Amino acid sequence: MTVRLYLPRDAAARSMGADRVARAIDETVHARKLDLQLVRTGSRGLLWLEPLLEVETPRGRVGYGPVTIESVASLLTDVVLKGGAHPLCIGLIEQHPYLASQQRLTFARVGVIDPLSLQQYQTHGGYQGLQQALRLSPADIVQAVTDSGLRGRGGAAFPTGVKWKTVLDQIATPKYITCNADEGDSGTFADRMLMEGDPLCLIEGMTIAAIAVGATQGYIYVRIEYPDAIRTLREAISIARAAGFLGPNIQGSGKTFELEVRCGAGAYICGEETSMLESLEGKRGEVRVRPPLPAVEGLFGKPTVVNNVISLASVPVILARGAAHYRDYGLGRSRGTLPFQLAGNIRHGGLVERAFGLTLRELLYDYGGGSASGRPIRAVQVGGPLGAYFPESLFDTVVDYEAFAGVGGMLGHGGIVAFDDTVDLAQMARYALEFCAIESCGKCTPCRIGSTRGTEVIDRIMRNENREQNLVLLQDLCETMLQGSLCGLGGMTPIPVQSALQHFPEDFMRTRS
Amino acid sequence: MSDAQAATALDANQLQIVQAELACGKARPGPLLEVLLAIQQRLGFVPPAAVPVIADGLNLSRAEVHGVLTFYHYFREQPAGRHVVQLCRAEACQAMGANNLAQHAKRQLGADFHATSPDGLVTLEAVYCLGNCALAPAMLVDGELHGRVTAQRFDAVIKELTGRS
Repeated sequence: MTVRLYLPRDAAARSMGADRVARAIDETVHARKLDLQLVRTGSRGLLWLEPLLEVETPRGRVGYGPVTIESVASLLTDVVLKGGAHPLCIGLIEQHPYLASQQRLTFARVGVIDPLSLQQYQTHGGYQGLQQALRLSPADIVQAVTDSGLRGRGGAAFPTGVKWKTVLDQIATPKYITCNADEGDSGTFADRMLMEGDPLCLIEGMTIAAIAVGATQGYIYVRIEYPDAIRTLREAISIARAAGFLGPNIQGSGKTFELEVRCGAGAYICGEETSMLESLEGKRGEVRVRPPLPAVEGLFGKPTVVNNVISLASVPVILARGAAHYRDYGLGRSRGTLPFQLAGNIRHGGLVERAFGLTLRELLYDYGGGSASGRPIRAVQVGGPLGAYFPESLFDTVVDYEAFAGVGGMLGHGGIVAFDDTVDLAQMARYALEFCAIESCGKCTPCRIGSTRGTEVIDRIMRNENREQNLVLLQDLCETMLQGSLCGLGGMTPIPVQSALQHFPEDFMRTRS
Repeated sequence: MSDAQAATALDANQLQIVQAELACGKARPGPLLEVLLAIQQRLGFVPPAAVPVIADGLNLSRAEVHGVLTFYHYFREQPAGRHVVQLCRAEACQAMGANNLAQHAKRQLGADFHATSPDGLVTLEAVYCLGNCALAPAMLVDGELHGRVTAQRFDAVIKELTGRS
């Protein structure tokens, strides 16, 4: 009987040699005339084990990793092909503690199925959400999303249902659904993993959004740094279209929705929604002044839904299993699950989808296993380059939107970057301002000029030139940027700087030449 | 310089490609960024002499085309080396030694960021996040992602690249 093997085609797995392993497997299969089928999947998100090979057995899939080309010969044996012992064996993958304790709603299929198999997608619950949506009125779909408590997973955490309601209520046509896949925050890769591992889920979510608000055209704005995601999405769109899940008369409903991938060109600011809309219109990615909101006057001046990948990809499961099912996860005003991403100096980096409500410490130590270097974790930055640096004393903070705001941080897109005790927080604060200077769109002065002046002030502090006065000046500059910037880039760059000053003042008192 | 003169600065092949991409992009809404991406994809860069041709083709001003071309980091107005190495210098990679790796890369290639090695083989670029933050430091070599890049691994990848060329 044919033995089925699974190996990710995810970019992270490929970055560790998954394609070379796949070729070695093919060659061995030919040489030994083995009866094997190799299925390329997304990644399970246990990234330190990549490339992670799985063998299908009657008990479930058994994992082996990290696989090297040298280990392929010893893996393709009778013992291993029955899920047996091998030095790289990690046992039944779904019982692995990293995975077994997760609550995978949005990422349920990622790493399990062939991302470009419509049949596998549907076998694993795909398009049930759309079927349900087609039975409901637009207002009822919007109500279900509102009731689920889903908030924008891109970082701003605005209630998704409220946004959709605003677009539904507009009279102007055409309306657009745009997906913000310009995942530029360091420490985040959930969007990429979903687009590569379960692209049809995003497409289904966007289709439901279109039916809910009456939109006929959608765009997925993907950053050019994600070539694999761009390729996979384009293939998935043509598969969905060929099967009548996109295009005119979706599944005989009479509804039309066309979808297209558009690429960015290396500008962090285009992750800001109005800047992304400018870029989609083919212009410089300069931030727009709000109001009008994109929901009223968005792309090409028409009512537009702008949602992050994870927000849209969470919609199918909400429709399929009901708003209450999703809302029952989480706590307070943070409902459902968030795919956390453990990154940087961390032993077991990867993706952890859990309901809101666990602590940073659980994520860093129970899942992450501490630092990769073996040294103590001194600081973590949560929420990307505009997020706060937290010291160990705040590791017991409960992970939800409000608790993070309460300690001067933000959860953002759920990226957590760990640093060991060799980190220099004055340098990281300087980098935050340098990054802002490089990526500023230039429209408003606090961001364009303040970022450059800020790096100069930190340089003086580090050289001990009038340190006390310059520390006051830096705080003052941060306040100006915070209060006076047009968008989140200039307005939030002070967060990493001020948190570094607050929690790690000693790093600013050390004199460097 | 008139439009006709600028256009003559493009060789016949370049002009043909620019015009083909214009013809193909014209009908789509907001086509400028798409057209520029397609031209860079095919030529490896966007020649400054293409700017007036694109402006004319899309009924935009030269300033609008120039503005977009220079806003986005991805576009280059000069040809790159034969290979392009994009090294991530964002926070997660810094936490795993990206700054030291960048110094090593610059030394080995004899080129700073946004510059090409003296033999013209490798262009070094800084990027800010490749989405491989759990396997940092990361780099993209001719569009192929690498993770856990040490100085030794960097040297091996470069040796394989330049040995092949």
